[in-house]
Amino acid sequence: MKAPFYSSLSSGMRDWKLYRLMLKIRMSEQKIIDIYPSDKIQSPIHLSIGQEAVAAGVCLALKSSDRIYGTYRGHGIYIAKGGDLGKMFSELYGKETGCSRGKGGSMHLSAPEVGLVGCSAIVGSFIPVATGDALAAQMRKDSRVVCSFFGDGAVDEGVFFESVNFAILKNLPIVYVCENNGYAIHSKVLDRHKQPSLARLVSGLGLIGKRHDGNDAPVVFKTMSQAITQARKGKGPVFLEYMTNRWHEHVGPGTDYQESYHSPKDKENNSRNDPIKKMEKILKKRKGFSLRADILKKEIQNEIDQAVNFAEKSPFPSLQSLYHDLYAESR
Amino acid sequence: MKRMNYGQAIRSALLHSMEQDSSIFIMGIGVDDHKAVFGTTAGLVGRFGRNRVFDTPISESGMTGIAIGAALAGMKPIHIHIRSDFLYLAMDQIANIAAKWSSMFGGNASVPLVIRSIVGRSWGQGAQHSQSLQSLFMHIPGLKVLMPTTPSEAQGLLIAAIQDPNPVLIFEHRLLYDIIGDVPDTPTALPLGRAIIRRKGSDMTLVAGSYMAVESLKAAEFLSKHGVEAEIVDPVSLVPLDENRILASVAKTGRVIVIDSSWTTCGMSAEIAALIVEKGFHFLKAPIRRLGMQPVVCPVSKPLEAAFYPNAKLIAAEALTMLGRDFPKTPAPELLNTFKGPF
Repeated sequence: MKAPFYSSLSSGMRDWKLYRLMLKIRMSEQKIIDIYPSDKIQSPIHLSIGQEAVAAGVCLALKSSDRIYGTYRGHGIYIAKGGDLGKMFSELYGKETGCSRGKGGSMHLSAPEVGLVGCSAIVGSFIPVATGDALAAQMRKDSRVVCSFFGDGAVDEGVFFESVNFAILKNLPIVYVCENNGYAIHSKVLDRHKQPSLARLVSGLGLIGKRHDGNDAPVVFKTMSQAITQARKGKGPVFLEYMTNRWHEHVGPGTDYQESYHSPKDKENNSRNDPIKKMEKILKKRKGFSLRADILKKEIQNEIDQAVNFAEKSPFPSLQSLYHDLYAESR
Repeated sequence: MKRMNYGQAIRSALLHSMEQDSSIFIMGIGVDDHKAVFGTTAGLVGRFGRNRVFDTPISESGMTGIAIGAALAGMKPIHIHIRSDFLYLAMDQIANIAAKWSSMFGGNASVPLVIRSIVGRSWGQGAQHSQSLQSLFMHIPGLKVLMPTTPSEAQGLLIAAIQDPNPVLIFEHRLLYDIIGDVPDTPTALPLGRAIIRRKGSDMTLVAGSYMAVESLKAAEFLSKHGVEAEIVDPVSLVPLDENRILASVAKTGRVIVIDSSWTTCGMSAEIAALIVEKGFHFLKAPIRRLGMQPVVCPVSKPLEAAFYPNAKLIAAEALTMLGRDFPKTPAPELLNTFKGPF
């Protein structure tokens, strides 16, 4: 039997890569939290701290030619898919050099050059768009796979079911990745669904869904790799539900554990399920971990500082650019 | 030149475009069935196969998103709705996604999507099968909105829409489908944003699009017999709009009635009237008048339905009132609607 794609990466290499991506996401968002009170980032931010393993595990399993679609909580997948950090900070600053030229902001990151097609601020709305991208891949006989990221709130939307139904009907090469962080804004899954397992919701449509630990990066990587292999072989779509935790408020830089929507155990539970600590537990068993981790953190911090510097120094878009890109020009 | 009806002209544009460009595909409810969307997709499954012409689940919103995604990934989808009313179901994807994509991501990609929908006026289509929704989409920056009236425009503007890298909505009126006209031997794109002067006249301007241009022509012929020469300007393309040609006609006549196939409130007629007030007020000899559907829900009962829609007689009466003249007492059979059902 032919070995699956993911086994081509040694587990040592893989784990370090996952660790690096997760650290980069966490440290970048911590930098955003630090900057936020200065009001230099004048738009809403939705942080993915606590959910880094999903972005890292899924994106590392994908090829750069594979395309992904995300949500307003998009910093994690932007970084994990290989988006330029300077362009991301510039976008948050509303600068001309931003990945969406300052028109999108934190909620509308895009990096098509590495396969992040875009992120939407309407819950669930990019699920059909990602599905259409997979339809194009099938029609054009491209070997790429499409991945659609969304939260547990998105499965409340009609387009979720419409998209999944179509993907199964046409056997499309798409992986639906549901990041279940337990809360749709402030609303629990059980207040919105009788069936608490979102993976099981789609089984009646004929899609096999599986629930996994979304705070364990190697688990995410392995399960995603298997899903990609299936989708790429033309064996149809896959639904993966990754259980994870959002540490911060739905929108904004703070935490809101004191609010009534939280269970009293959430804070402790989040800390226990820290995906970065879980990864460190594995890596600590290897020789020279602390030295290597220190070097890594310095490298990342340096990269972040350069990215922020780039954003700070970049100009705002010209006022004429207000009218640019409303329509694409005919080629 | 060839003679063909509106539906055949659309079909010829689809056939021609799909032969030229393998990235074009057609999707929509019933596009592959025996009725073939009033014949516009007839034979296309046989010619291009089920991968390029396919029926969809009845999921207007999801399927619109799927068309957008395919467009982003290099395809050129044509999504067809047999009634414009169904576009409400797809509003999020059209207004929040397709219209915004190019701007929201700084021009990183565009959405070359064509949405054809058919306005089902009259013969008892009722509240939910009769709406003409062009104005809703005119309101949203990032979309283009077309309302072809003749077979040659239906053909040429559809080709232009397919070639356009942006989302384009085409509103085809069911009552135009039987119109026969000349179309070029080789289907060719017509430029967007160019209004058509349907009839020249010097006494007043009727700005009327789609099927209302047809009713306006009937009214103008009648008015002519009574000494009034109306000029008819058909915008054809609502976004982009040919402001100059509308203003030039108003400059010539000084009187204008704007007639739309939909409601007047916040509508195409309101927008064009505002344009004339803002940029051509000094041309006006009289207040602008507007005609559209009555501000109620479309009824089915024949006499109520007849009172609901604007028609040639109403246009002629409005024109004469504007000129301070009484409606002639002689019979005017040319103003009557000749359409017979079923649809």
